[in-house]
Amino acid sequence: MATEKMNDALKQGVADLARSLARKDFTSVELTSAYLDRINRHNPDLNAYVTVTGEQALAQAAAADKARAGGTALPYAGIPFAHKDIFCTSGVRTACGSRMLDNFISPYDATVVEKMNKAGMVMLGKTNMDEFAMGSSTETSWYGPTLNPWNRALVPGGSSGGSASAVAAHLCPAATATDTGGSIRQPASFCGLTGIKPTYGRVSRWGMIAFASSLDQAGVLTRSAEDAAILMQMMSGFDPKDSTSVDLPVPDYLATLDQPLKGLRIGLPKQHFAQGLNPEVEKQIRAALTEFEKQGATLKEISLDNSHLSVSAYYVIAPAEASANLSRYDGVRFGYRCDKPADLEDMYKRSRAEGFGAEVKRRIMVGTYALSAGYYDAYYIKAQKVRRLIKDDFERAFREVDVIMGPTSPHTAFPLGSKTKDPVTMYLEDIYTIAVNLAGLPGLSVPAGMVNGLPVGLQIVGRDFSEAQLLNLAHRFQQATDWHTRTPGVEGSN
Amino acid sequence: MALELKDIENIAHLARLQLSPAEKSEALSSIANILAMIDQMQAVDTTGVEPLAHGFDASQRLRDDVVTETSQRELLLKLAPSTDQGLFLVPKVLE
Repeated sequence: MATEKMNDALKQGVADLARSLARKDFTSVELTSAYLDRINRHNPDLNAYVTVTGEQALAQAAAADKARAGGTALPYAGIPFAHKDIFCTSGVRTACGSRMLDNFISPYDATVVEKMNKAGMVMLGKTNMDEFAMGSSTETSWYGPTLNPWNRALVPGGSSGGSASAVAAHLCPAATATDTGGSIRQPASFCGLTGIKPTYGRVSRWGMIAFASSLDQAGVLTRSAEDAAILMQMMSGFDPKDSTSVDLPVPDYLATLDQPLKGLRIGLPKQHFAQGLNPEVEKQIRAALTEFEKQGATLKEISLDNSHLSVSAYYVIAPAEASANLSRYDGVRFGYRCDKPADLEDMYKRSRAEGFGAEVKRRIMVGTYALSAGYYDAYYIKAQKVRRLIKDDFERAFREVDVIMGPTSPHTAFPLGSKTKDPVTMYLEDIYTIAVNLAGLPGLSVPAGMVNGLPVGLQIVGRDFSEAQLLNLAHRFQQATDWHTRTPGVEGSN
Repeated sequence: MALELKDIENIAHLARLQLSPAEKSEALSSIANILAMIDQMQAVDTTGVEPLAHGFDASQRLRDDVVTETSQRELLLKLAPSTDQGLFLVPKVLE
């Protein structure tokens, strides 16, 4: 009986868990224990978590139960979740998928971590990711690849693949994630989840290990838009410690979830429905779009003329910023240091050569090249000019339409190892998502169909700071469809 | 502007990365492919276009020049691979 009750609890999302805990259907300690047990059984196989913080989680859960008994609990206190291992967590290893940081116990909490702690949320552990978030498959991690619970021969997407796999396999009800070129939306698409990358500056980057600082943004992976709204409310807001944080009030995301869609103008970029898009995926996306039409929205073809250049511009700007950000890993103050360095230069070169994996080194070199004397104008400045053109395309589009929709990815999840040989093939994975980061806009992926038993994601892109609208559209879609309730059937989750 | 092995060696040195001969030749071919993909953007005319460094053209906000951090010397030194008397240790620089 008790087991059955907890099996039901493990299927609940954040919103349902808040109600269940408030009703005292079960305690946070019971819930947390059930999750830890489930992680114990399935994580060795999926490799979604790289660190499980059981003891700390049970202590946080006990504190939440005590607060609830005393009538002082905050609404989401005691709800378990996971952090991507890119967020610094005080006293807990924060490795960012890298051997470089394998021994790094963070001395402080990221702002996002602090906010979730204050809300009384219970951290179950840290999830696997591509090394320094550089990848689209979670295969570049020092800790080995994460598997897709829908089919273990496939990747979960990346770089937030550990978070996506964990949420999809019900190893947590929700997880934090980050997105520099598609790292929240593409795993959401591959694992059948709701994933939101907010507007650049909406969520503090303080304590979030930097990859490409003008593009990185934190968000969440959940099993519903409502859950994403709850967590975005918790994470968002101005932070004086992040100099790129935007000082704007955070709207009440839950309050507008049910707003009707009548009169909504949806733009469909013709470039996102062109050659390269799997025809079965296209069919599912077109069918999903008719759902919005049924609710009173109109569809209009638009053009993002320079979208074909977004991957090119991104692979100058992101590696350039990465080469600067990753210069801090020098084997002196923290992180990996090579054995018996002959001299200072040998220490730098071997510590970095041994501490970083192949993809990270490749991007550091591309960035170093793009920024080096003689090439700076031809690559870095040129890419920034193209970035302006891409941003202008969106601005032009948003004069005619309210939101932009299309596939999140050209296909469903691909086999492990199938794209690791050729970096360019892997880079083209983010063809529909990358321009959104260059323009700083918010984007969301919502489950919108299935092809051969694998989830398909619909991407919704909005104007600056339109997170409330994106969550509203995703929620309305989820009220009318059941794609987001499909589960991969990992024992006990369906 | 074909990339050569000596360019890879130069980049690796600038980035302070030691590469084995096998890694150098792998880097040469993969980076050449990446640059070929990047070079697609050279075809677009950007005369008169202002470079965009940040999604909203925002500039860095400045804070008042006052001390906000507390000293955490002990805690932070504990993270270092090698320290002595409150200092980070590195291999000998001067003979």
